[in-house]
Amino acid sequence: MQPQSQAGPRTLLSRFTALTDAFAYPLRTSHYLELVNPLWTTHALQAKVVSVWDETADARTITLKPGRNWRSHRPGQHLRVGVPIGGMHYTRTYSISSAPESEDETFTITVKAIGGGRMSHHLVRNIKPGDYLPIGVPQGDFYLPDANPVEPLFISAGSGITPIMSMLRSMVAQERLPHVTHIHYAPHTYDVIFGQELQALAAKHPRYQLHLIYTREPGETASQKRHFNPEILNSLCPDWGTRDTWACGPQGLLDTVEAHWHQAGVARQLRTERFRAQVAAAPKEVTAGTVRFTASGVTAASDGVINLLRLAEDQGLNPPHGCRMGICHGCDAKLTAGCVRDLRTNALLNEPGAIVQICVCAAAGDAELEV
Amino acid sequence: MTATRTSLKNLKGENAAIYAKAKKAMPKAPRLTKEQADAFGRELDALREGVLASRGAADAAYIRRIIALQRKLEVAGRATIYAGIVFPPALVVGSLTLGAAKILDNMEVGHNIMHGQWDWMRDPVIHSSKWDWDTAAPADQWKHSHNVEHHTWTNVVGMDKDVGYGILRMTEQEPWQPRHLLNPLNNALLATFFQYGVGVHDTGIAEVRSLKGLRKLSPANKAKLKAVWNKVKKQSLKDYVLFPALAGPFFAPVLAANIGANLTRNLWTYMIIFCGHFPDGVEQFTAESVKNESRGQWYLRQLLGSANIKGGKALHLASGHLSFQIEHHLFPDLPSNRYPALSKEVQKICAKYGLPYNSASLARQFGTTLKRVVKLGLPTKQDLKRTFAAAMA
Ligand code: FES
Repeated sequence: MQPQSQAGPRTLLSRFTALTDAFAYPLRTSHYLELVNPLWTTHALQAKVVSVWDETADARTITLKPGRNWRSHRPGQHLRVGVPIGGMHYTRTYSISSAPESEDETFTITVKAIGGGRMSHHLVRNIKPGDYLPIGVPQGDFYLPDANPVEPLFISAGSGITPIMSMLRSMVAQERLPHVTHIHYAPHTYDVIFGQELQALAAKHPRYQLHLIYTREPGETASQKRHFNPEILNSLCPDWGTRDTWACGPQGLLDTVEAHWHQAGVARQLRTERFRAQVAAAPKEVTAGTVRFTASGVTAASDGVINLLRLAEDQGLNPPHGCRMGICHGCDAKLTAGCVRDLRTNALLNEPGAIVQICVCAAAGDAELEV
Repeated sequence: MTATRTSLKNLKGENAAIYAKAKKAMPKAPRLTKEQADAFGRELDALREGVLASRGAADAAYIRRIIALQRKLEVAGRATIYAGIVFPPALVVGSLTLGAAKILDNMEVGHNIMHGQWDWMRDPVIHSSKWDWDTAAPADQWKHSHNVEHHTWTNVVGMDKDVGYGILRMTEQEPWQPRHLLNPLNNALLATFFQYGVGVHDTGIAEVRSLKGLRKLSPANKAKLKAVWNKVKKQSLKDYVLFPALAGPFFAPVLAANIGANLTRNLWTYMIIFCGHFPDGVEQFTAESVKNESRGQWYLRQLLGSANIKGGKALHLASGHLSFQIEHHLFPDLPSNRYPALSKEVQKICAKYGLPYNSASLARQFGTTLKRVVKLGLPTKQDLKRTFAAAMA
């Protein structure tokens, strides 16, 4: 998404770095630039924490300045963020909450500390300006199209507001805010992330119709009634069936919304963003399960005890390996989903992207490995 | 590996007798029964788990600090070499500094990262599958010959190519031949060109004795040689062309300083690595003796087959903590900064089981290593008789 005019100097620069890289071999120039400024690197994309801002008691907006290889996002997209906790990198996906039209080449993510979420807690509580975080580039197809949607409907809940906020901010920045209906769910008044900004937006632009629904606020209706249901939808947005709709929020909400749109035969107008449960459950006991070897497309049943190397070989696969006893790391493979148990220590590993020595690990329940 | 292994297996007649005798003459350390070895192994496993559970931010900060230090040292070394253009003594200082940077890169950084000691951090860059180092050995080949062969089959003659690197006679198990008279010379050559010796370690070239053998090298090995050659080209371009050329008319002194830096690194790494498995008191093993080895017995072999070097912090850092060769062989994938503390615990366990713990000064370890090089290059009386008889027949 770089403007065309930048192509000239870019190639020149890349030619120059190809030369300086020869001086840095087997490393690259970038490895030495990192000593001066981590944002100048090209071998690994990082972002510097510029500022942090508490939106609510448990949600924090983090402003990040990305390094050189960054490319601007489309409103609604997400990115992968790595956070070191106890010396270890944990990677999670977060929606960008700022508009791409920012003047200072920064962007923001807004993170809510979720119960038991180690990484979100760390981001919300411990991250401070000046820290560097490894990041990925913006991804995902949950974004606003270039052609302005005519009368979009946004449905969001909790921290699901973040990609929607990016869309709203972008349309405002471009001065092309159409007639928008926005239904947002939060437990209480004080839980609404970006609450003030949303209210201000609604006050300023009559075309922006905001409906805030508090699911746990004491009141006359039973709280169950206040969750998403067809009656509310019909009363707040009678023509929902004809609108382009973007929905983001917890699993339960999205399932209901999708089913409803599907029933009405207008599923094509609905776009949803769901972050899958990012970490698999770690079973306490030895647990049988199914192992998927993704690179070879083979699936096998595991009794929870057999090591993954043997399991793969029993299926006729021949994964690279060496010692078969956990010394050489010749068998290292990437865990893409699920959970495995280290047979030597009984330690459980369920972090997607973790590297697993398959000769000394067994599946703990279901697991998916890049083998 | 296969070549040496079959040649030892196929020994006939008198050679077989020598092999059997050498095997018997192998130093007898206090052995453990299988049960004892397994109990010994369990204690070491517990040590290992203790470290695994306590790895954390301080360890991660350590390796990041060392990596940054290594890069700064390298930049400083090269800058000082250029200062040598106007102030010649700086050439020597710069050359040694660059040598030190290369040593740090090869030992504490490269060797240990590629062992997977830092994989637990899940850092996208500092990872055994991604790392490369400033030496001739391509990362993937080295990881095979070193992590798989050497660390699994440590000191098993015929299976661990580090026993003599295919060109030195470093074990009585190998029958003496007249070419072994060159042991001291070959040893000096290996030390001088150590990075290339390690570089071609996985290619099977060291076993090649003739032009015909070279042509018969397997396609896989030829591909490996090619990869080594590609790396050597780029490294040589950097150290012997590009950086000297930057000095314009002072090409020669900068070239000399860079050669000096690589030589410094070669000699130092050679010495540290040879002190790991060849000093007096270190045991060697036979393929038969490791059949059906249990985890405890594997631990035992690692202990008996390795030797530590006593010294200060600087020595430990400069050796990539291979001065704790015993701990490194017991726990090859634990972070090296933990070896000093582990060493104390390992020594206690060894004392409990009445096992030797080979640790001595650099002078003693390297001295006895050199003695072995010379001694095993020379024939015994029987060796002479046998060679003479064979020549007559
Ligand atoms: S095969 Fe060596 S660690 Fe798994």
